[in-house]
Amino acid sequence: MINRKTLLELGWILPSIAIPVGMLVAVIVSAFGMNIGVPSQAGTIQPAAIDTTPPFDQPGVLRQVGPNQYEVALIGQVWSFNPRELRVPAGAEVHFVATSRDVIHGLHIEGTNVNVMLIPGRITRQRAVFREPGQYRFVCHEYCGIGHHTMYGTVIVEER
Amino acid sequence: MATARVEVNPSLRTVHRLTGAFIGVALVALAIANVPGILQGYDRAGVDLYPYARPVIQSYYQGLTIHGVMNVLVWTIFFLSGFFLFVTVYALDRPLASTRLGWVAFWIMLAGLILALVAMLTDAASVLYTFYPPLKASPLFYIGLTLIVVGTWFVGANIWMTWRRWRRDHPGQHTPLAVFGTLATFALWTIASVGLAIEMLVLVIPWSLGLTTDIDPLLARTLFWFTGHPIVYFWLLPAYVSWYTMVPRLAGGRLFSEPMARVAFLLFVLYSIPVGLHHQFSDPGLGGGIKLVHTFMTFAVFFPSLLTYFNISASIETGARWRGGTGWISWVRHVPWGNPALTGQIMGMFLFVPGGIGGLTNASYNVNQAVHNTTWVVGHFHLTVGGAVTLTFMATTYWLIPYLTGRALWGRRLAVAQPILFFVGMTIWSETMHRLGLAYMPRRTYITQAPYVPEEWRDPMILLGIGATGMIIGGLLYFFIIIMTLVVSREPAQVEVPLPRPGVESKHEHVPALLDRWRPWLIGSLVLIAIAYGPVFYQLLTHVSTVPGQSGLW
Repeated sequence: MINRKTLLELGWILPSIAIPVGMLVAVIVSAFGMNIGVPSQAGTIQPAAIDTTPPFDQPGVLRQVGPNQYEVALIGQVWSFNPRELRVPAGAEVHFVATSRDVIHGLHIEGTNVNVMLIPGRITRQRAVFREPGQYRFVCHEYCGIGHHTMYGTVIVEER
Repeated sequence: MATARVEVNPSLRTVHRLTGAFIGVALVALAIANVPGILQGYDRAGVDLYPYARPVIQSYYQGLTIHGVMNVLVWTIFFLSGFFLFVTVYALDRPLASTRLGWVAFWIMLAGLILALVAMLTDAASVLYTFYPPLKASPLFYIGLTLIVVGTWFVGANIWMTWRRWRRDHPGQHTPLAVFGTLATFALWTIASVGLAIEMLVLVIPWSLGLTTDIDPLLARTLFWFTGHPIVYFWLLPAYVSWYTMVPRLAGGRLFSEPMARVAFLLFVLYSIPVGLHHQFSDPGLGGGIKLVHTFMTFAVFFPSLLTYFNISASIETGARWRGGTGWISWVRHVPWGNPALTGQIMGMFLFVPGGIGGLTNASYNVNQAVHNTTWVVGHFHLTVGGAVTLTFMATTYWLIPYLTGRALWGRRLAVAQPILFFVGMTIWSETMHRLGLAYMPRRTYITQAPYVPEEWRDPMILLGIGATGMIIGGLLYFFIIIMTLVVSREPAQVEVPLPRPGVESKHEHVPALLDRWRPWLIGSLVLIAIAYGPVFYQLLTHVSTVPGQSGLW
């Protein structure tokens, strides 16, 4: 039964299975071994209640939640981020807690894994560590109306 | 290709008009779609042409909506409807179960298209082709798109009934591969489109009509992507049907392995739906674990494309060797490159290789965060739907339009150059889009007016302009060739349908019974959907969070 054609087919099929399996293992190791996660369930919030619900009542204010760990709230709205600029210490683990006041927005902070959706009614959490001091641009990357391309901000990472 | 046009069965001619109507609308849609495409191409290159387009196109985002909807929903779906109806009738050598139902489907879809187009052209629906609530567009837009989907169900039902009658008359024969692939496509699409249908009929249309005030954006989005990923197989599989059944013949050979082809189609039925969350890795409100399940399923659906790559390459090589080709590589010179119906499809296949590999990156769970919603993604799907699918459909018209109209293709040599030009433009453009995505350039953004463009994007943006220019010339050349064929060509067409003659079965290979049955595979598909989406919808329906709609934002 094993003729040349079958061998050729097997020679293609086996690596075709092995390569995706290898990639899957790499993804699982990086996700759970190295703790590089994606956003998960983090609760709901009514857009009308944003201004009175912590931590969104104080957007941009860094709050220490652990040794070298901070939490900061960020709100997306047409067509700006609140705040447009925030300061964090270099080397610290920063937990971003974000939501949207109106339509779906995106949040992508350059050089980090903070590349998430801000969906009205939902809370998004993602963490980042800024190792190098400097300025990191963040932009809205989901279409949110005619002024979408003007929606951006800056994370200023300060030396300690 | 030198044989005269063969009239297989005069009663089949009724499908020619229907196919012609679908493909005619598809081509008009393609033309409309890519006028704003030109503006977008140069916007990404740093040249703002929108002020000159203002009488017709009010904004970048209105243009982008037209570009997306008309390309990925109209051009693809109208073309594949006409193509599949034709393939079914030809390969089964019998008329459609109901020609009337075929026309009903066409008129429903055309009515839907007109409604959606009116909404888009009047700037009443600048919500992009994903129309994520709570952005709220005119109800005409949603109703129009829904009608197009409803029309595809009628097309699928017609094909299914035609096949049932054929099978009743041909007991014991296995379904011809072209029809098998067609049925697989409509099987997965019919299941997949339920998500979009529920989103439209239950959530979005009542809400846009003002019958409800609030909507759950995440639930709508999840229903959208339930359909939104498998829809890419709805467009891709007609190209695969052509690659598996027509390309081997156009290349002068035959399909390397028919059972392998059937396995590929069945794996698409199995795996193409429980993967939609790979568009939502960055979304809140969905569990991390279930997202990983969708990564696994997406890797699984990559496998049939790898099978296809092997099988088609081997078939083209077989053809070239039969034509006198030898050696490890030099057989390539014996591929009949002078046939535009073949060359365009091979160019599409070349673009599909990086397209598929990039797709794996996108589906890789946390790795997605490096590329999500950047221009990387736009580069990726222009290789697949804008490259592989579009070039294959264009190349198909190079034999199909002469066959339907009886007019020989005008400018055969130009028609060989056309996909090559498009290929070169697309390669430059797409590679640069991928690279800029890794440099954090966002997609869906009026970049000439964005205040934050860094210096490091400027040089690659020039390459985007060069690549876009190549694609524009390749695209204009295509329409020029088609118009000249329809208007100027007087020579009678000498084309055959590049399919095995009806009734002449491929007797080369034994097809195992399991590969000619549907029920086990459809059940498997439903089980995988339940595993992948059961927890998602349970979670969403127990944590509903509705918000008011937002209109007037554009």
